[in-house]
Amino acid sequence: MYQYDQIDQSLVDQRVAQYRDQTRRFLAGQLSEDDFRSLRLRNGLYIQKHAPMLRISIPYGLLRPAQVRMLARVAREYDKGYGHFSTRQNMQFNWPKLELVPDILALLATVQLHGIQTSGNCIRNVTADHLAGVAVDELEDPRPWCEYVRQWATLHPEFSYLPRKFKIAVTGSPADRAASRVHDVGLHLVKNEQGEVGFEVLVGGGLGRAPMIGHVIREFLPKKDLLAYLEAILRVYNLEGRRDNIHKARIKILVKAIGPEKMRELVEEEFAAAKDTAPVFDAAEFERIKAFFAPKTYESLQDQDVVSGKPQEFRNWFQYNTRKHKVAGYRAVFLSLKSPKRPPGDITADELDRVADLAEQYSLGEIRSTHDQNVLFAHVKQSDLFALWQQLKLIDLATPNIGTLTDMICCPGGDFCALANARSIPLAEQINERFDSLDYLYDLGEIQLKMSGCMNGCGHHSVGHIGVLGVDKDGEEWYQITLGGSTGGHDASLGKVIGPSVAHDDVAETIERIINVFVEHRQEEERFLDTFRRIGVAPFKAKVYAPAHQAA
Amino acid sequence: MRQLIKQREVIVDEWRYADEDPVGRERALILPFARWKAEREQWWLWDGRLGVRIGPTDPIAELKNDFTRIGLVAIEFGGLAEGRGYSQAALLRSRYKFTGELRAVGKIQRDQLFYMARCGFDTFELPEGADMSVALTAFDDFSVAYQGAFDAAGVHVQRRAVAV
Repeated sequence: MYQYDQIDQSLVDQRVAQYRDQTRRFLAGQLSEDDFRSLRLRNGLYIQKHAPMLRISIPYGLLRPAQVRMLARVAREYDKGYGHFSTRQNMQFNWPKLELVPDILALLATVQLHGIQTSGNCIRNVTADHLAGVAVDELEDPRPWCEYVRQWATLHPEFSYLPRKFKIAVTGSPADRAASRVHDVGLHLVKNEQGEVGFEVLVGGGLGRAPMIGHVIREFLPKKDLLAYLEAILRVYNLEGRRDNIHKARIKILVKAIGPEKMRELVEEEFAAAKDTAPVFDAAEFERIKAFFAPKTYESLQDQDVVSGKPQEFRNWFQYNTRKHKVAGYRAVFLSLKSPKRPPGDITADELDRVADLAEQYSLGEIRSTHDQNVLFAHVKQSDLFALWQQLKLIDLATPNIGTLTDMICCPGGDFCALANARSIPLAEQINERFDSLDYLYDLGEIQLKMSGCMNGCGHHSVGHIGVLGVDKDGEEWYQITLGGSTGGHDASLGKVIGPSVAHDDVAETIERIINVFVEHRQEEERFLDTFRRIGVAPFKAKVYAPAHQAA
Repeated sequence: MRQLIKQREVIVDEWRYADEDPVGRERALILPFARWKAEREQWWLWDGRLGVRIGPTDPIAELKNDFTRIGLVAIEFGGLAEGRGYSQAALLRSRYKFTGELRAVGKIQRDQLFYMARCGFDTFELPEGADMSVALTAFDDFSVAYQGAFDAAGVHVQRRAVAV
């Protein structure tokens, strides 16, 4: 993976020094609350319900063991001993002290980590497919492009004070595992008729209030034009995006207001007009970056039968928590952060240390965070799988539920977040209690349950097959249910609200009723999403809102 | 006497805004964009120096044929949340080849100056009472940058460069 050179390291070190001085000026009363807010957010620091929250950037979800150990150290020394993986592959700490954040950032800088642009109205962490570089369906590894874009976006002088946050995701596979269609910009590596590889460019996707699927504004962009084209998009957005209303400031609102065709026209016009001054493709620099993502040195192995004679539990884990690797004899392995015993995405300092050790032993020293809030070991020898599974079981990271209902996405919610209307973590507990039979979960097949504590949609509820959104009604927590959302590939869609919201204690019950309707109408091995698309919302509505005695 | 930072030095402002000097007695007058548009012809032959002050929504492209007459453009910032001025500056320098004084004015503060300078601003009119010595250090916050920069000559410098 990418290693900093002197330029990268200087920039991060100088950023820490700058932020240390900003914190000092704030504490000395020389910077107003408002001015400091905008500066601290750009370094990942929020002021939350109980304490500040610090978000650390994990560029496109890639980590080295030393970085994971440093995250563990920060969790232990500056937090309450745990961290939380977010849906944008970052890590969040919920209990740091504001005045100690410069020290935390200085520590993180020693292992090439930082909090730059993890919040604020600027270009956020560039995310990617967590199976990048190992996926069998991949056209090209998106990560060198992610890093190329990351550098360009970091402290960009023109685009650091945008109308609102700006998120970019890059994928190299037709199966969209990075939710790129619900990003401000989605970049898909595609091949044109001449056999050249370039980018399909989508603009205007987004979750939160008014969720939208992005529109293709360029079917094929030559690779060399990537930064120039991104600058054209950002410049149009920076000048034309609304700034009068925070809820209408995302680029998706601009695209909706003027229409995707007009957006395409404006961007193409700007792109053409800027052709002599826009960033030129730096082939040597790109090759330098690309070399860091060269395929690992794999042993020459054959695929083997891993499961014969092994316990059923291991077979389940193999089936659900591992994925095909493009090199024979290897698998990619999910470490599930969705055991019934933990808030989704949470991991303790001790577990982080253990994960770092195991990655060194079993996954060529590489750790990845996924946008589904799990961890991935991308390069595990098939002959090591059983041993790894046994080790993971000891630290509660082997729950064989990836892709099932309980592999739910969940924001920190009202337990931590100042924005939330309602709690989301207790819902996860409720649902885990109700759906505690793995066999039943397996029978149900692939279901994505996504829960957010408020409209901002950090839990991606709008694109969950089943989405749960916390709303506030006269100070009480209620939950709106949507069905039929999806981030997947070309059939991305937004969920539809099924009816009035339900009370906190009724959420698991409601989901069970929804599942029962699915089971009743399901044809053969149909996915929940496909059943929903076939039969529509009506049968669900009828059962969900029926009085208890009828629903049974 | 208004103080400014110009090309990394503290100087006394020689320019006056129209509300301070309506008829241009000091021979260095900054007009609001709308007034310049309305009175363009009558000021063209005036013997003083002219500048234009633009707001975030003013169409700067309309100034592109005026730079033989206009020696200063002041771009207004309403606060940290206002970011259009960065693009306006970049466009003035790169597309419209404006080589005169490019001034940031309004609610600007120290922590924006590094970015502003790289977008082509060379003069900074900080709010009254701002600590100039603290502000001057902002240009040295970073010795490196991943992007090119626009200087007064409108040149787009190599990315991933040492910041100047």
